[in-house]
Amino acid sequence: MKKTVFLGALAASTVIAGAAFAGTLDDVKARGELICGSNTGLTGFGMPDANGEWIGFDVALCRAVAAAVLGDPSKVKFVPTTGETRFTALSSGEVDVLIRNSTWTYSRDSDLKLDFVAVNYYDGQGFMVKKDLGVSSAKELDGATVCIQTGTTTELNLADFFKFNNISYTPVTVQDDSEAQRQYLSGACDAYTTDASGLAAARATMADAESHIILPEIISKEPLGPVVRHGDNQWGDIVRWTFNALLIAEEKGITKANIEEVAASTTDPEVRRMLGLEGEMGPMLGLDAGAFKAAILAGGNYGEIFEANIGSSTPIGLARGLNALWTQGGLQYAPPFR
Amino acid sequence: MTLATGMPAGAPKEGFRLSMLIYDTRFRAITIQVVVLIAFLLLVGWLVDNTIQNLAAKDKNIDFGFLWVRAGYDIEQQLIPYTNDSVHGRAVIIGLLNTLLVAFFGCIFATIIGVLAGVLRLSKNWLVSGLMTIYVETFRNVPLLLWIILVFVVTSETQPQPNAFKITQAMVDSYATEDTSDDIYPEASKMLFGTVALTNRGTYMAAPLLSRPLGGTEVASIPANFSVLATLAVIIGSVLTNRALLRRARLVQEDTGLRPTTWWKSLLILFAPVVLLLVAMGFHLEIPVFPSNEAGVSTGFNFQGGFLVQHSFTALLIALSLYTGAFIAEIVRAGILAISHGQTEAAFALGLRPGRTMNLIVLPQALRVIIPPLISQFLNLTKNTSLGIAVSYLDLRGTLGGITLNQTGRELECMLLMMLTYLIISLLISSLMNVYNNAVKLKER
Repeated sequence: MKKTVFLGALAASTVIAGAAFAGTLDDVKARGELICGSNTGLTGFGMPDANGEWIGFDVALCRAVAAAVLGDPSKVKFVPTTGETRFTALSSGEVDVLIRNSTWTYSRDSDLKLDFVAVNYYDGQGFMVKKDLGVSSAKELDGATVCIQTGTTTELNLADFFKFNNISYTPVTVQDDSEAQRQYLSGACDAYTTDASGLAAARATMADAESHIILPEIISKEPLGPVVRHGDNQWGDIVRWTFNALLIAEEKGITKANIEEVAASTTDPEVRRMLGLEGEMGPMLGLDAGAFKAAILAGGNYGEIFEANIGSSTPIGLARGLNALWTQGGLQYAPPFR
Repeated sequence: MTLATGMPAGAPKEGFRLSMLIYDTRFRAITIQVVVLIAFLLLVGWLVDNTIQNLAAKDKNIDFGFLWVRAGYDIEQQLIPYTNDSVHGRAVIIGLLNTLLVAFFGCIFATIIGVLAGVLRLSKNWLVSGLMTIYVETFRNVPLLLWIILVFVVTSETQPQPNAFKITQAMVDSYATEDTSDDIYPEASKMLFGTVALTNRGTYMAAPLLSRPLGGTEVASIPANFSVLATLAVIIGSVLTNRALLRRARLVQEDTGLRPTTWWKSLLILFAPVVLLLVAMGFHLEIPVFPSNEAGVSTGFNFQGGFLVQHSFTALLIALSLYTGAFIAEIVRAGILAISHGQTEAAFALGLRPGRTMNLIVLPQALRVIIPPLISQFLNLTKNTSLGIAVSYLDLRGTLGGITLNQTGRELECMLLMMLTYLIISLLISSLMNVYNNAVKLKER
């Protein structure tokens, strides 16, 4: 009995002791691999394909960061996290960065001691219902049963929305996206609510995609973005500026295909700084001079990543909308690379 | 050791030397225990210190203040009133009550199933004992989680959607014509005189309602319903009166040898007061129905009225009862086999039938063997309710260890609180069962 307690305590203490961490950049370089917290499987955003290779919009950003830090976009280990485990995984040091459609909120930023370094997708919470339900607005859902994923901002938004509109609902709280879809498809709930991008991704995988509609109401702001631990500012800056580099690349028309050509011929000082042709931009953050060039080479610029994974040519078919560059009426705006 | 060298050779045997702590068997056991205890305490101290330091490094502290913050989420099954405006602490209590509810009914059903299966497994009827063996072996040897998910999927996927109960415009039109042969009826209909509707969301059942309730009050924002209290009081009173009647009958029987007829008096005492009270309070059933418009066409998404038993609850209860029942069956069988066969033979010799032999001779003695392992099965069942998370049953694990933990980010506090709660529940159950065990165990005088 005593021995068991002793061994158990020993095991527990090693787990806790392992949680102490130094600078994340040095850790990643020493390990030769970036550990990226990812979704357990959300089509278009982050999931393994048929060959076990991770693909998706969030995954592409992980690869860009790996390319910037280690020079190789394939040196990433993806750790699938659920809505419940994701922030614990990050703050305990199990992952280096969390890029997994996580909403930037005040309390997560302050109370959970996390830093949201960028917004890679501006989203909002929506509802999906079956067409034959005859519902055209979320305000007609009085008395409906609604499936929600637990551990997310969506369950709080949902309660607020129904309360504000003075209508009632029955919640069905489920663990993950696939279970929510199963329950929704089997008719155990009338409506399924999550981020509108997630709804579009879910609908793309359904066999009878055209018999489901996404209601027009967007009931919340959901800025989704990469998250790092509070307090490691250098690492936060690396992730933030890798993302900004992808945005600037789109703004300047630099693509995966023409980057070498641009690098050879450009006279634009900002592009030259970003690609490491002049100045000491990479080394300022402890990276190589060509770090951001490598990041862009990994999956192309922001627009290319968007179109390849979730854009209008894919089954998910999301329009750029708020996620267009500021020059095209969207919100994606990168500070100058100077 | 130092003392030993300071002593002259051939010192008196009574003298105590430090080396005796190791070499003298009288002291060695104590020495080892003390050393292990100190090492263990040091380890615990280091663990706690390490935790605090690591929390400080992450700029976090241990703070239970979140329990008094607005929860903001909804819970589908609530035994006491709760809205998303309530605080996290109340959400925790809702979860705790849901845990206790499923554990309470689970223990009762598991015991009934277990005793029946255990007795039947010893049956001389080959088919009956064979079936019980199959039941016990399949349920004991497959993980509980799989049973819970299986039962949940079966209950939720095989039942019709609430939509299937709706009356559409086409149906109303078909009823309007004289010709009844073209009438269309909803795909699904309710059972038991329309009081119960089985859907894939849960079971809608008629709710008992009172039209002239006695009112109620709130104690620490937990509602106390006077009607329920009055009914309980009347039932307890009736049972006590009935006991007095039976005791009297026994005294008369011992006195005169003739037992007075009591059955109709018992029935009257047990049921008349309760029925009278319920009639006086205007007892009726509220039947779940779809709201409909003036033409008779059903509207809305779900049944209104009555109450809904979620499939997550049903599935968890069924799976827990059957799983734990299989273990209890084995305990009961072992208990019965532990009673010498001579007891049964003696009972038969006295002319008792097999059923009465089991009830009057074997089971009461077997209880002494059965109860101690039964306690641990009850504890297992209670702790296993936390697997309800797999079917979205919002028990203590779902509220405190699930949504509250997530929304507040207080992992350590939530886990500690949850462990403490399960510990207290388990200790309460085992102390209650120990009281019962002391009551039935062999009295040695």
